[in-house]
Amino acid sequence: MDRRDSLKALLVTTVSGGVLLEACKNPQTEKEAAAKPAANDADRMEEEKLHDKKLKDETFFKSEEMATIGILADIIIPKDNVSGSATDAKVPDFIEFIVKDMPEYQTPMRGGLRWLDLQCLNRYGNPFKDCPHNQQIEMVDRIAYPNKAKPDMAQGVAFFNLMRNLTATGFYTTEIGWKDVGYVGNTPNQWNGVPDDVLKQYDMAYTEKELKECVSFSKA
Amino acid sequence: MCAVQIKKQAKKYDAIIVGSGAGGGMAAYTLANAGLKVCLIEAGPNYDPAVNSSQLKPAWESPRRGARTQFRPFGDFDGCFWGWNIDGEPYTNAENSNWEWFRARMVGGRTNHWGRISLRFGPKDFKRKDIDGLGDNWPISYDDVKPYYDKVDKLIGVFGTNEGLYNDPDGIFLPPPKPRLHELFIKKAAGNIGIPVIPSRLSILTKPINKDRGSCFYCSQCGRSCKVYADFSSSSCLVKPAIATGNVDLVVNAMAREVLMDRDGLAKGVSYVNKEDLQEYQVYGRTVILAASACESARLLLNSKSERYPNGLANSSGVVGKYLHDSTGADMGGIIPALFDRKRYNEDGVGGMHVYTPWWLDNKKLDFPRGYHIEYGGGLGMPLYGFSWGIEKLNGMFKVKGQQKEAGGYGASLKEDYRYFYGAHVGMAGRGESIAREDSYCEIDPNVVDKYGIPVLKFHTQWTDYEIKQAKHMKETFAEILHSMGALVTWGGDDGPHNNYGLHNPGVIIHEAGTVRMGDDPRKSVLNKYSQAHDVKNLFCVDGGQFVSQADKNITWTILALAMRASDYLISEMKKQNIA
Repeated sequence: MDRRDSLKALLVTTVSGGVLLEACKNPQTEKEAAAKPAANDADRMEEEKLHDKKLKDETFFKSEEMATIGILADIIIPKDNVSGSATDAKVPDFIEFIVKDMPEYQTPMRGGLRWLDLQCLNRYGNPFKDCPHNQQIEMVDRIAYPNKAKPDMAQGVAFFNLMRNLTATGFYTTEIGWKDVGYVGNTPNQWNGVPDDVLKQYDMAYTEKELKECVSFSKA
Repeated sequence: MCAVQIKKQAKKYDAIIVGSGAGGGMAAYTLANAGLKVCLIEAGPNYDPAVNSSQLKPAWESPRRGARTQFRPFGDFDGCFWGWNIDGEPYTNAENSNWEWFRARMVGGRTNHWGRISLRFGPKDFKRKDIDGLGDNWPISYDDVKPYYDKVDKLIGVFGTNEGLYNDPDGIFLPPPKPRLHELFIKKAAGNIGIPVIPSRLSILTKPINKDRGSCFYCSQCGRSCKVYADFSSSSCLVKPAIATGNVDLVVNAMAREVLMDRDGLAKGVSYVNKEDLQEYQVYGRTVILAASACESARLLLNSKSERYPNGLANSSGVVGKYLHDSTGADMGGIIPALFDRKRYNEDGVGGMHVYTPWWLDNKKLDFPRGYHIEYGGGLGMPLYGFSWGIEKLNGMFKVKGQQKEAGGYGASLKEDYRYFYGAHVGMAGRGESIAREDSYCEIDPNVVDKYGIPVLKFHTQWTDYEIKQAKHMKETFAEILHSMGALVTWGGDDGPHNNYGLHNPGVIIHEAGTVRMGDDPRKSVLNKYSQAHDVKNLFCVDGGQFVSQADKNITWTILALAMRASDYLISEMKKQNIA
């Protein structure tokens, strides 16, 4: 099968999930495949479908906890001149799912949120989410810098590290996050080697042997 | 009505094949194309990458963003059903044994997600005992297998380059892809300290080879299995065309229970439990070919006990289950400051590394007897679950855009850090040869059965000083290469004598082999040099079980070559009526 046929077929299959090899051979089948989209979960085992449904039907975080998670997530990943915020990318929903999928995070997250609220209640008389923004930032500053945080903040540092990592993973694995970080793959293309200007930037070059032996595509 | 029935199929096949991975797929393909009637039994469901692959799904289409699960240890998009833990199918370890047994349950088996690293064994790899006195020689040499490697290269397709290396033989290669940027850094750095880096050899089609399979479109997702069949999976490249001959009946969700014997001591068929209706079935054939994976095939033989064969089938030697060994593995990662803040472009490439390091040293001058190869990773890969995890350990160590920041942090400044470090990571993994030993083995656990009532395996495996010293050498090498390219170690740098230098538990590298080994001496081996049981002439084993030793190479290409060779032999024996 040549490349054009492969890609045409791929387009059909990724849009519709239909069977592509038939589509390559026969334009008629292509139309039929497009007309009858297969389920987007054709890649899932029955056991997985059941497992994921069960997790989605459960709720772990209480609404107050979710509110705090949303505020913290947007402090960690705010909107800036490149991209939107963590809540724009629905990071709190991801965190709700992932702690059900990875139960080892449940106690550190629940306990960490509670630790944070107790700190704020003692200092400011309110749980974290009800503190004014400047107090929230003051509190976050105590736990956001592992190397300079005070020893009595260690549990908060551990919690904030986890919160930072979950937020970033939840954010950069969305369409907004991919664009922000500049990931431009996951699409059919022709790998023709490192672009010339990049090779030049790093003072690198392909050898004669590589240029002769490796697959190349015309740049037309 | 009785709850359990045994249903016997009337049709008699020329061959019953158990397992549809590399070995079983190749046997089915070869026999079916020779006109033999084949029944192919697979313990998992049907799987066709064109329909069932997760290829090109973006991270957000997984609620866990591609993170691993019990069902998919290599991530939510990976093209492999199950892994180290299958519900209702346990295995056990003896005290101090730590074998980790990976099992795929699907048509095509583990070949749907494997690394496509397709290395021929070299002349030395078949005769290691002659070199270092350890283990055993194979009863065959490179020259016996070379014609089959050539055929496999042509039938399935593999890219690479002919380098004229004696023990990493040349092949019939498609052109490889050009190295990625970090691979150029690796090549230069390793070259500066005398470590060779050459184009990798992967069974991925950089050029079309036939009308049924597409060519690579460089999405880097071979691990998900390929919808256009541009890489090798047994499901797409062997089982599907085998079925198209009209000579193969594929039976899925069928868990083999035992090999059935006739009164003359020959194999007459296979009994299995159908996982859907939970009924018991029997199918009959002139020959039985085991390709269920090294350990599953050994388990089947050991569970096929009879008065005539009280130690299990084909086991008069007592060797079935013994000499179990896996590749060794140890890894390390780093970050290359020269690549901070790099320009973005699509660097996905093929699924896996574009360059690798074959074993380059002489073990006579080292304190461990066998070698390893090095696999490389890195670059501007797809952000998935775990992206930039642990940035608090990184962003205080380097200036970001000229500015020294405090580790950790949050806000717009943190977002800048993620962008700054993206694409600068590099990883390396050593995969080496361990010694196959009689005292590294699996047997039937007398006390435990799986949910189908089939007795399960109990493992007795441990590493020796040889493997530990090899892992130490890997780690030292990785650190040298990273140092040579100006990279800083970010993970895997804390391993040492306390944890065997990060040597993975046996089984983790998923190259199980040796349990049904071949040899000329029926007292010391299960199979003859054509993968045929010494004790039972119409019984074959064509998976990793037959390996005498497994080289510092991934074993799939050799499984394919040996399965094709055994199938040719079987066809010729049937023609000569040596097998009825």
